[in-house]
This record gives sequence, C-alpha cells and structure tokens, in this order.
Amino acid sequence: MIRTPLRPLARILEARQKGENPDAIERENKRIRHEQMRDHARQRAEGRLLVLGVFFFCAFAIVGARMALLATSEPVEPRAQAPGAVISASRADIVDRRGNLLATNMETYALYAQPKFMIDPVAAATKLTEVFPDLDKARLIKDFTGKRKFLWIKRKISPEQKQAVHDIGDPGLLFAPRDMRLYPNGTLAAHVLGGASYGKEGVHAAEVIGVAGAEKYFDDYLRNPDNAGKPLELSLDLTVQAAAEQVLYGGMKLMNAKGATSILMDVRTGEVISVVSLPSFDPNDRPRPAIEGDASDSPLFNRSVQGVYELGSVFKIFAAAQAIDLGLANADTVIDTKGPMKVGGFKIGEFRNKNYGELSVTDIIVKSSNRGTGRLALSIGAKRQKEFLQSLGFFEATSFEIVEAASGRPLLPKRWTDLSTVTISYGHGLSTSPLHLAAGYAAIANGGFKVSPTLLKQGAPQVGPRVMSARAAADARMMLRKVVTKGTASFAEVKGYQIGGKTGTADKPKRHGGYYKDKVIATFASIFPTSDPKYVLIVSLDEPVETSGDKPRRTAGWTAVPVAAEMVRRVAPLLGLRPTVEPANQPVVTLTSSN
Amino acid sequence: MRAILYILTSLAVIGLAFWAYRENYATQQALSEAGKLRRNIEAAHSRLAVLRAEWAYLNRPERLRDLTVINFDRLELLSMHPDRFGQVDQVAYPPKPLLPITNPVDVSTMNADVPAGQEDPL
Repeated sequence: MIRTPLRPLARILEARQKGENPDAIERENKRIRHEQMRDHARQRAEGRLLVLGVFFFCAFAIVGARMALLATSEPVEPRAQAPGAVISASRADIVDRRGNLLATNMETYALYAQPKFMIDPVAAATKLTEVFPDLDKARLIKDFTGKRKFLWIKRKISPEQKQAVHDIGDPGLLFAPRDMRLYPNGTLAAHVLGGASYGKEGVHAAEVIGVAGAEKYFDDYLRNPDNAGKPLELSLDLTVQAAAEQVLYGGMKLMNAKGATSILMDVRTGEVISVVSLPSFDPNDRPRPAIEGDASDSPLFNRSVQGVYELGSVFKIFAAAQAIDLGLANADTVIDTKGPMKVGGFKIGEFRNKNYGELSVTDIIVKSSNRGTGRLALSIGAKRQKEFLQSLGFFEATSFEIVEAASGRPLLPKRWTDLSTVTISYGHGLSTSPLHLAAGYAAIANGGFKVSPTLLKQGAPQVGPRVMSARAAADARMMLRKVVTKGTASFAEVKGYQIGGKTGTADKPKRHGGYYKDKVIATFASIFPTSDPKYVLIVSLDEPVETSGDKPRRTAGWTAVPVAAEMVRRVAPLLGLRPTVEPANQPVVTLTSSN
Repeated sequence: MRAILYILTSLAVIGLAFWAYRENYATQQALSEAGKLRRNIEAAHSRLAVLRAEWAYLNRPERLRDLTVINFDRLELLSMHPDRFGQVDQVAYPPKPLLPITNPVDVSTMNADVPAGQEDPL
C-alpha cells in the first residue's frame, strides 16, 4: 500500500511560494487519511456482521432442519451405543412357583388393508373370504371400493393364514406385527391369570394390556420394560393346580353341582398353592362378560373370591376358639344346648330339629350344634365377636392380588344385634368369600397368627399380628380333627394325613329375600396334617345333590367332604407330604413357676 | 523453511482426511454388522420364546395326563398316591456283577464215551 505523505514536499514548496499555510495541506491530508481509515474499518465491520449473520442463520437453519427431521422421521433405536442387553418391549412372562410357564408372548400378525393400493379389490375380497370364512364378502367389497383409505381386517392371524393371504398377492393387503398373549395351559388357572387384550393399536405395534385377574392387577409390572426377562413368579403350583382342577371337576359332576371352588393355601406364608373356580374358561379366547342374568352363572365369575355367600357351620369353630381364647370355656366345658332358645324374638333351632342336650364345647363342634355355638357367642358378646372376626380379616376384601378380589367384599349386618351375634356364630348373617374362610382357618392352623392370602411366591413366613392364643388354636385344631374322626366329616379321613375340618351347609339366599329350600352351598374347610398343619383346604360346591341314596342328600358331609378327601389324597403327595402316623395325645407340660 | 512447513501441513491434512474417511467407513461397517447381529439375536430370542411356549404347550398337564393313559401299557405310570411312599431301605441294592469265569467245566454228556450196551434206549 502506497502511503500518501502528509506533507508532500512539492505542494509545501508551492504553498510557501504562494504564502499559504503549509499546515493546511497537512490537515487536509490527515482528514483524507482518516476518512479512508474510517471507511475501511466500517467495511470490515460490516463484512464481519454479514459473516456473523450468515453463520447464525446457518446455525439456526441447521437446528431447525434437524428438529423438523426428527419430528417427521420414524424413530430408530440408537445403534452406536448399543447396550449389552437387547431392549425388549414385550410383556413379561408369568410363571408358577417352580418356573413353569403360565403366560407368555407370541409374535403374530394383524391383517389390514389400504384400498388405494389395491389392484383388484373385488377379487381380493372374494379370496379373503375363502381364507377367513367368517368375513362378510359384501361388506369387504364395499369397504375396498369405497372411500376408506385404511381398515383392519383381522386382529390375529396364524402363520398359515398369513401365507394364504400372501398368496392372494394383492399389494393393498398388509401385515402388522403383533405380540399376542398366550396361555399354554389353556383353562388351567384361568381365573387367576384373567386374560389380556389390545390397548392402543398402531401399524407397527400394539399395546398388550391385562383385562382381568393377575394380568390386570400386575399390569404395570408386566408392561415395564425394566422387567422384560424377569417373569412374574406366582405362588401357584402348576401340577397341584392341575390335579385340584381335575378332582374338583370330577366332584362337581358326581355331586351334580352347578359350580365349585377350592382353595389350597400355605398356613404360614399365606401363599395360595392352588385356587380353582368351576366352570372355567379359556383365557386365550376369553368369553364376553354376561350382560343379563346372574353374574355367578358366567364362567368368568370367580367363586373363590367373588362368591360372597353365607358359608354356614364352618364358622362355628371361630366362636369356640374365641371362647377358649377369652377363658370363657375350655374344650371340655359343658354347655346346655336344649331348646327352646329365643334370641330377639327369633327361635334358634338345630339341623333337622335335633336336640343334643348337654354337650361339651368339643362336641358342639363335632355335632355342629347351632344352639351350643349361639350360647358361646352370647357369652362372648357382640363387641368382642366383632373385633375377633375383624382381626381375622372377615370385614374387608382380601388382599389377594387379582383385580376381582377387591369386589369380594363381605356383607355385614347393618346392626350387630344379639341375634346377629348368634346367627353369625354359626355362619349366617355374615357373607364372605371362600378365600376369607381360608385365611381364617389358616390363623387356627398356624397357631394363632393372622395371614393374608397372597398370589406371589414368598421367601419367608408372614409374621402377622396374633389373633388368638396358641392354646386356643391348638384346642380348635383338636376339635376340627374330632369332626373328622367322630363327627359330620367322617368321609374326610385320609390315612396318614390327619385331616381336620368343619363342614358347612348353607341354604342359598333368593335374590329378593328368603332362602331356597333345595339349593345349598356345601363347604368343607379343612387343615392338614392336624398335628402340624401345613395347608388349609377349602372346598365349596354350589347346589350339590348326592343321589346315591333313596333321598337326595345335600349336606356338606355327603358332598363337599368326599371331594376334599380325594383332593388331599391326590394333592398332598404332590406337595411332598409323606403320610405320617398320628401322634398320640401327649400330656402338655405347663410351666407354672419360673423359679 | 516455510515451504516445507506448508507441504508437511498439507500432507498431514491429506493423511488425516484419508484416515477419517477410512474410519468412517469402518465404523459404518461395524455398525451394520452390530445391527445384523442384533437382528439375529432378536430373531433367536423370538424363536426361543416360541420354542418355550411350544414346550409349555406340549407339557401342559392335560396332555401329559392323556399321554400317560395312552401309554399305560408301556410306562405303567399312575398318579401319586399316599401309599406310594416308601423308605429308602426298601429299595434293594443292585445285584453285584458276576465274576468272570476263567476255567469253564463242561457238564454236558453229549460227547461222553458211552459204554456198549448202555446206550440211551431212545
């Protein structure tokens, strides 16, 4: 760059000659130079601004374009930072306590159509109806040739059907991958598992959601991707469940019952090993809920938790156990059971108007005397009876982990009068589900601790609050055992398993008040082996009739008890219980002084 | 001096560009390979799930029960009953294997010399 001198000699000399001030030339030149410098700097700054502007524009444009791209493109999983485990979006499996599969997923396809891509809609519709005879041809043609752009044709198709649709070869017929919930054991434990269905559906995937039973109760757990590969372990035992279902089904048919339920529960952990409700259904093809008629006629009705009925004499043992616990009586205390007995203007009678006279508490249970337990209950009093039954869990729905359990809420009397106290002591006036009963009997069996039935595999026994003394529980067990050896449940004697239990035959209530004369619920609540109880078994038959005699017999001793005995015979060996010799009644050593 | 520096720098740029180009393709190759492996793993997983479901289906108690009935002649399987428990000492030890016979004695009379007149009448 040529620098212009501030005082060019030629011009200075010229100015001096003319007598002008040469400094003016210098100022003039300085001004020009500064102006040049200013212009230059301005240009540079403007250039920089432009570059910066372009830069920012590009940066924002890139961010915007990237956002638009992300928003409009299909999501893909990150490939570069692939973790070790493959993220699986499928629902977790359900297994039994030994790891046998109860519910799993299968990949299948749904069939949909995009009529605008179809080449020959009429031919495609005709061929589709050949593959799926249940489709309506006229309607398909109407859909394919109409304005619709998209329609689902089938929710689930088999691989053979998929191939057949492929062979039609129409580009407008498309497949969408689906996860399908599969219950490989069919009807086994159907009421516990419930069933699954589809939630939100898209072309690429669909949500599988539980609609009933454990599938619905544990829906969040099963759907959580964290738990994929970690199956839900239930307390059920597949083998025992299968044997129990077989025996109960046979029993139900033999006893001409319209329904049946059985519950087998561990008395210490509260684990439900098997729970059966018949009639059953196939969760792979869950029937629609009944809209009209009695809910209990639907195979979906779970009798073990939803069947809230007055269960009858099986409740008597609670009155006896409480009376012993409170020190009001012991097993040998003699109670007068003679009639007439009137409470609140209501006559309390015995089964077939028998009169037992004076009976010990044990014999009251063995002979199943209504008046005997009624007198025990009156001595206990309404308040204490209420508290005791509440502590056993008879006042609220069980915590059993299937959604239906919440609807199995016991029906309590509105006012707990003396009459209620007496009738409830022999199982009328308080309606509960068989599962409540199982929990109550478990407390007697395990030495007086409350247990809540659970569907999940447990590692350790439950430590519930004590609801009765060990002594009262032991006496109650002894009485239950005597019911089998000497009383109404003599058919329950299975050599080696020392079953103890109580029968209960309750008339079924009519829907609009009153009771049926010839419809009963026969229940047998039992524990085994009585010397060291491990399991409680409840068997309940709905409207059983035993017709081998000249008169039809409906009492539990003739109907539910033989079924329960056969069930123990089949199931106890499967549980690893060896038949043992019953220990003789040994005298109990009581510590009377600590010195 | 400066020229050498320029040449070296441009050579380095060319070299690095070449390296980056190769790394880019190697990475993409590795990614596609990993993707392929993952797809294989997924396929294997779903195949495994189907096999497990099928195994569970084939082992469902109902079918096993029918199979024991059909094959009762051969297997003689009965359901577990209380009277089928035993003690360990009720089970016999397996018999000891016989010692090998090293000096066999022929006890047959087929080749014996029969004195005259004492032949078998038959």
